[in-house]
Amino acid sequence: MSVFNLFFIVFLGILVFILYFHISNSVLDYLEKKNNRRYNFENSIRVIIFIAPAFIVLFIFILYPVFETVRLSFYDKFGREFVGLYNYKWAINDPEFQRSILNNLGWLLIVPTLSTFFGLVIANLADKVWWGSIAKSIIFMPMAISFVGAGVIWKFIYEYRGPGDTQIGLLNAIIVSFGYEPQAWLTIPIWNNIFLMAIMIWIQTGLALVIFSAALRGIPKETLEAARIDGASELKIFFSIIIPYLEQTILVIWTLITIIVLRIFDIIFAMTNGEWQTGVLANLMYDWMFRGGGDSGRGSVLAIVIMIGVIPILAWNLYKHRQEQKI
Amino acid sequence: MKKINISSFFSQLLLMFFVILWIIPTFGLFISSLRDKDLLAISGWWTSLTTTKVNEIHRMAGMEEQINEDGFFLIKGNLFEYNTGKKIQSFGITSKNINEFAVNEIATFKDNSQVTVNENGVYIWKSQQEFSKKKGKRLFITALSPPSFTFDNYKEVLFKEGIGQAFLNTTAVALPSTLIPLIICSFFAYALTWMKFYGRDTLLAVIIASLVVPLQMSLIPILTIYNDFGALFGVAAKSYPGVWMAHTGFGLASTTFLLRNFIKSLPNEMMEAAKVDGASHYDIFIRIILPLSVPAFASIFILQFLWCWNDLLVGLVFLDQVPSEIILTAKLKELLGSRGENWEILTTGAFVSMTVPLFIFFALQRYFIRGLVAGSVKG
Repeated sequence: MSVFNLFFIVFLGILVFILYFHISNSVLDYLEKKNNRRYNFENSIRVIIFIAPAFIVLFIFILYPVFETVRLSFYDKFGREFVGLYNYKWAINDPEFQRSILNNLGWLLIVPTLSTFFGLVIANLADKVWWGSIAKSIIFMPMAISFVGAGVIWKFIYEYRGPGDTQIGLLNAIIVSFGYEPQAWLTIPIWNNIFLMAIMIWIQTGLALVIFSAALRGIPKETLEAARIDGASELKIFFSIIIPYLEQTILVIWTLITIIVLRIFDIIFAMTNGEWQTGVLANLMYDWMFRGGGDSGRGSVLAIVIMIGVIPILAWNLYKHRQEQKI
Repeated sequence: MKKINISSFFSQLLLMFFVILWIIPTFGLFISSLRDKDLLAISGWWTSLTTTKVNEIHRMAGMEEQINEDGFFLIKGNLFEYNTGKKIQSFGITSKNINEFAVNEIATFKDNSQVTVNENGVYIWKSQQEFSKKKGKRLFITALSPPSFTFDNYKEVLFKEGIGQAFLNTTAVALPSTLIPLIICSFFAYALTWMKFYGRDTLLAVIIASLVVPLQMSLIPILTIYNDFGALFGVAAKSYPGVWMAHTGFGLASTTFLLRNFIKSLPNEMMEAAKVDGASHYDIFIRIILPLSVPAFASIFILQFLWCWNDLLVGLVFLDQVPSEIILTAKLKELLGSRGENWEILTTGAFVSMTVPLFIFFALQRYFIRGLVAGSVKG
């Protein structure tokens, strides 16, 4: 497609929505002015004009699919015949699924914890140093990059060449210079998961960092001053004042990264495509969407397992929302 | 006082360590994308930062180049095709002893012809007999190679290899996928905050629940809908409008949530006053809410735009992997997976894909951070 055509349809696509809101509302405004008063029914038309597009999209792309996915998980690969729990039984006995669950759990344990930890430590360090904001920018930068781009970046860290060849991967070059054998990092089962997680930690630490930085500003200066005058060490201040103060923020960041990690797909898809026992649920699901012509039953089961992971967070969010509404 | 200095020094050192650790991977890619493509696959990127010693084999010119001077036959030339700033330290005439002669020394071959090389690669090969071979003899050189960088990879990648087209495709995906949700969600958020209607609280709860629903839950049913739709109307199941709507759907909850939080924080009195003056909801929205929401729009625009620009999964599932539709991330993944080892395309392509996010990052970092801090939760 030529540049012109492409941007023409882009422009048209956006224009459709602007025109919808403008024309429908202007017509209603005109009718209201003409009648010189507002009827209840005109108010409800206004509500419908305002919420209809978003609600239709919400319904088609989130609400309906959630129920449809649950339904499909009880049907065969074409979604035609009811098969009961067959797909779930298949999942439990499938070695690939078991591996993926274990890997996902590993990701969930390690990535949010380390990202939050590094974010907290770096936010504190950067707070005390005059070049802190530059440091924060640098560590935050990977947040802007795509997971695939990050994959390409880290290929230059993990690249492996046979012993005797010049290593062009940084990690191998370092260990070879210390006299060890080069390793094909991404093909060593179990450990390769850690190497993939490192990429995610590298990205998500920036997220934790900026949120912590904002939260740190909320700590009363007087409290910190008082502690310093009383002779508390920086380490003591960190553990006895800062961490308790940021408890809520730590929880928020930890959940935020957990949600992101739960559906991690791109990094593994780009780096190993799930080989060498690095597969996770999202990758296995993508695989089953197309493997052998696609199996909507198995794919749906895998989606539901990912969904189950977020249900506690979902319930907690709803609970918090209800509390806020009461106030 | 002294104690604080030590701890501050330690803090700086530790922070420096983190900064270096974090920047090295990106820096490596950047340097790699500026290197000669032949060097990329044979030496680490860090070697190009300093002057390094390289061993090379060059062949001198053959009989056609010879000239006759003072009764000698001479072949003159330069071992380097173009000037790269390399400085020769030593050379050899056999593979067994490649450092046999220092620069400007005279080496004698078995056939009694003599050669000398200066540090810039200029050689003079001298013989009493006429040269009779088409190919010249080989010289082994050891040279110091200074850092050298080139934009050749970028020229090649942008105009060949389809990266340029993929860049356009990604733009065509990301722009509407950001603006459409922004438009429809701002009305939605306004209605959720300032309009009274039946089921409003339930709808708000649904939005909050949808925040964390992973998009995997939607993939299979949406793909089925698209396929049925395509078959019914005889159009392609995968298309740009399809991707826009998919991104709109997946970004709807977080966009609405953030916008609602913002609109709720606006002063109530203004709205009431306008209402008394007879303004309709649309007037209030356009004249009051929209101008006040510009900073919030900026933050949400950046979040959603980066999300769409960097997305791989949605682009893979809802677009055909053909040159006119493939997005940058999918293209990069294709290059990563291919065994061809197209390092120069991969590195440069990756950097091209990062230009837009990095520009946004450095130019609009304030808004980006504000959006994130406002509590972006995205399924």
